[in-house]
Amino acid sequence: MSAEPSSREMRGQPRPGERAVARTVLDAPDIARALTRIAHEIVERSRGASDVVLLGIPTRGVPLARRLAERITAVEGTPVPVGALDITMYRDDLRLRPARALAHTDIPPGGVDGRTVVLVDDVLFSGRSIRAALSALEEVGRPRAVRLAVLVDRGHRQLPIRPDHVGKNLPTSLREQVQVLVEEVDGRDLVLIAGGEEP
Amino acid sequence: MSEHPATWLLSGVRPLGGAACDLLLRAGSIAEVGPAGSLGAAGAEVLDGDGLVALPGLVDLHTHLREPGREDAETVETGTAAAAVGGYVAVHAMANTDPVADTAGVVEQVWRLGREAGHVDVRPVGAVTAGLEGERLAELGAMADSAAGVRVFSDDGRCVSDAVLMRRALEYVKAFDGVIAQHAQEPRLTEDAQMNEGELSGRLGLRGWPAVAEEAVIARDALLAGHVGSRLHVCHVSTAGSVDILRWAKSKGWRVTAEVTPHHLLLSDELVSTYDPVYKVNPPLRTRDDVDALRVALADGTVDAVATDHAPHPVEDKECEWAAAAFGMVGLETALSVVQDAMVDSGLLDWAGVADRMSVRPARIGRVAGHGRALAVGEPAHVTLVDPAARRAVDPATLASRSRNTPYAGMSLPGRVVATFLRGRPTQLDGKLTS
Amino acid sequence: MKRHLLSAADLSRDDALLVLDTAEELARVSDRAVKKLPTLRGRTVVNLFFEDSTRTRISFEAAAKRLSADVINFSAKGSSLSKGESLKDTALTLEAMGADAVVVRHSASGAPHRLATSGWIGGSVVNAGDGTHEHPTQALLDAFTMRRHLGPLTDRRVIIVGDVLHSRVARSNVLLLHTLGAEVTLVAPPTLLPVGVETWPCAAAYDLDSVLPKADAVMMLRVQRERMGAAYFPSVREYSRRYGLHAGRLGVLPEHALILHPGPMNRGLEITAEAADGARSVIVEQVANGVSVRMAVLYLLLGGSEPG
Repeated sequence: MSAEPSSREMRGQPRPGERAVARTVLDAPDIARALTRIAHEIVERSRGASDVVLLGIPTRGVPLARRLAERITAVEGTPVPVGALDITMYRDDLRLRPARALAHTDIPPGGVDGRTVVLVDDVLFSGRSIRAALSALEEVGRPRAVRLAVLVDRGHRQLPIRPDHVGKNLPTSLREQVQVLVEEVDGRDLVLIAGGEEP
Repeated sequence: MSEHPATWLLSGVRPLGGAACDLLLRAGSIAEVGPAGSLGAAGAEVLDGDGLVALPGLVDLHTHLREPGREDAETVETGTAAAAVGGYVAVHAMANTDPVADTAGVVEQVWRLGREAGHVDVRPVGAVTAGLEGERLAELGAMADSAAGVRVFSDDGRCVSDAVLMRRALEYVKAFDGVIAQHAQEPRLTEDAQMNEGELSGRLGLRGWPAVAEEAVIARDALLAGHVGSRLHVCHVSTAGSVDILRWAKSKGWRVTAEVTPHHLLLSDELVSTYDPVYKVNPPLRTRDDVDALRVALADGTVDAVATDHAPHPVEDKECEWAAAAFGMVGLETALSVVQDAMVDSGLLDWAGVADRMSVRPARIGRVAGHGRALAVGEPAHVTLVDPAARRAVDPATLASRSRNTPYAGMSLPGRVVATFLRGRPTQLDGKLTS
Repeated sequence: MKRHLLSAADLSRDDALLVLDTAEELARVSDRAVKKLPTLRGRTVVNLFFEDSTRTRISFEAAAKRLSADVINFSAKGSSLSKGESLKDTALTLEAMGADAVVVRHSASGAPHRLATSGWIGGSVVNAGDGTHEHPTQALLDAFTMRRHLGPLTDRRVIIVGDVLHSRVARSNVLLLHTLGAEVTLVAPPTLLPVGVETWPCAAAYDLDSVLPKADAVMMLRVQRERMGAAYFPSVREYSRRYGLHAGRLGVLPEHALILHPGPMNRGLEITAEAADGARSVIVEQVANGVSVRMAVLYLLLGGSEPG
């Protein structure tokens, strides 16, 4: 198995032979606070959120985008369009594993043309998923600007991509696994780190 | 021809699978028979036959040698070489060559080519109808009177479907003790047919070949043969229903005989689901129930003989889509092994029975003088030695036949033909031709 | 998924649902301005058609192009059965060209199977209709079309009417619909039902009127002109009367029931214009859905690593 941290689904799985001892990095209240802060940053950065569209990257980016939308709506008083952007068909590592099922792409009715799209993902790692998301977005429309919000940035970028909004910067070794659990998918909110050296 | 000496001592062989004994072959005949170790070897080449079963040399009623016309598939030389390797000492060369063997000239040519090759006695089969066209009788008498001495007549590959023509042919050959070997296939019921009609043909989308298309013709011909008192031989019987009809016809005392191919004794139609045309054959592979019925019928004598229907085809006629492929399988070099597997090792038939179905009765049906005789002093020395304890994986590349279309490729089969003697001389030893 | 799609029986229930779900997502791509996806860039799909079928070829071609594959159309009509070796020669040519997938249409049953198992080519083989055997992508698009209207097909009643004996569409549909949990009834005159149909995972009936009232979908099969002189039925008029979908039968068919036809139709023979063009007909949708379903199949066969 290559060290290239490019496949999202494997991010949470300890590699064979590694210890699966997991350590909590963020608990549910930490995640809630981080999302609230990001929501406020988005509003500030966009001077209100009137042209913002939130697009979550499946799987866990989608519920995170919805939660951000709820928070922004609460602050601004008007609903923020939120949707999902599947990147499977744009990935650069498709040939490395059997064909994957597609996730749902759901572009809000107003589209993305001329708007500020905020891509939402759970973990930022190599940057390849975001590269794929930018390609996917290109075929959906022409946003005025694209920003990136992630719950965890664990470093080790392989492409010139940086996040605009980060819940937590988490320095990691390449041997470590970062796992984000969200209530809507996994039944609880938690960010874990496993593998690598014990602290 | 052969550089081997004319005198051979086969020591310790088991005639028809019985007690071990010595056979001395001299001047084309079986000169002496004695208990194992009893015969002296002075002047004779000795073949240590310990553990080998000795059979009267095998006789095939149904071989396609393809010459003249399709020398790319087989020649008399290569086909009879394959026959010798398979333990045969005589073969009946089918008439569907190009030109068709429907005149004295063609049958004599085939007969002469067989003599020149020297591997086996070639008995040409004459066509029943001119050009196999099913319209008028070929010159049956001329072929019978020719040097080839034809006694078996067949339009094999095609059915003599016209009832009047079939009746006349059956009657006519009585004049010279001939037999009509019918390829029983009702043509309208089998137009563009590809495989046995049944659940599988429906699923695979291949045009079905109903059992009734064979059985209806056999029933009609048996009734005709009974009516005119003639000899009828039924080629490559393939269904349980045909067996029932034959059993009934024989119970009437009619002069009806029948053959079954080795492949119909072993293989069934499930193989077609591979769509590999190596399993495409006429008549088609039938169901497991048919296979079982054919085995029982061969064991009880309802079916008289095993005949190979050795049908060589060049590789391009088989390496294609099913519907485009030619019908047929090669069989001379695997026949005895398949019969051992299907009949002997299963306990249905002993070696005496094998000798009867693969030598004695075929020779009698074909009126082949000097063949299918007992392994006794004074008889012609046609002997096949088989090692029943051996096993081999069939490798198409090693076949003596010019063609490779064997359905047994890679399959492990019991038995190995160790030597074949024709008139006291080996035609092959250990699978290697002697001439 | 297996490496090849030769028969609808190659698809497990999970495989079939994966194809249909994937097609559902891909159908949305067809609705946007940019219909192209980069997924199969650099891969080569060969449409190998030994039999004319412009509709099916165009559908596969559109599917492959929307996934950015290179498409080579190879029409070998007429050259196969006359000279047997050409299937092999053609296959070796395609292999030399580096075909990643071969979509094959052939008048001989089993020809795609032969291509896939002979070792002549290394790529995936997709059966686009072989003789009277199967047409699995047609069955997938039929199932896709029905599912869009009826929801999950479990326990849904589907009637397939007509020349089942010679129909690859019927064979594939029976297998796939059974896998998806639907109840299939074949309706045809006894002469046009295959021997052994009682062993198929479906029911069979001779009387259309008795089964129509309970149908959720009815699929009319084309009656080939060449069957007409071959004593399968006495006359076209009698066939239409007993097995055609006409105005009288539309009244018996439930309101929600769908009408399908794999095309091309013999209007006035197995189906009247009123049935083909009415509100319950989804025949035009079938064509559009064909592209999405074939995109899904090509993506799932070629989009990932080589299946093990």
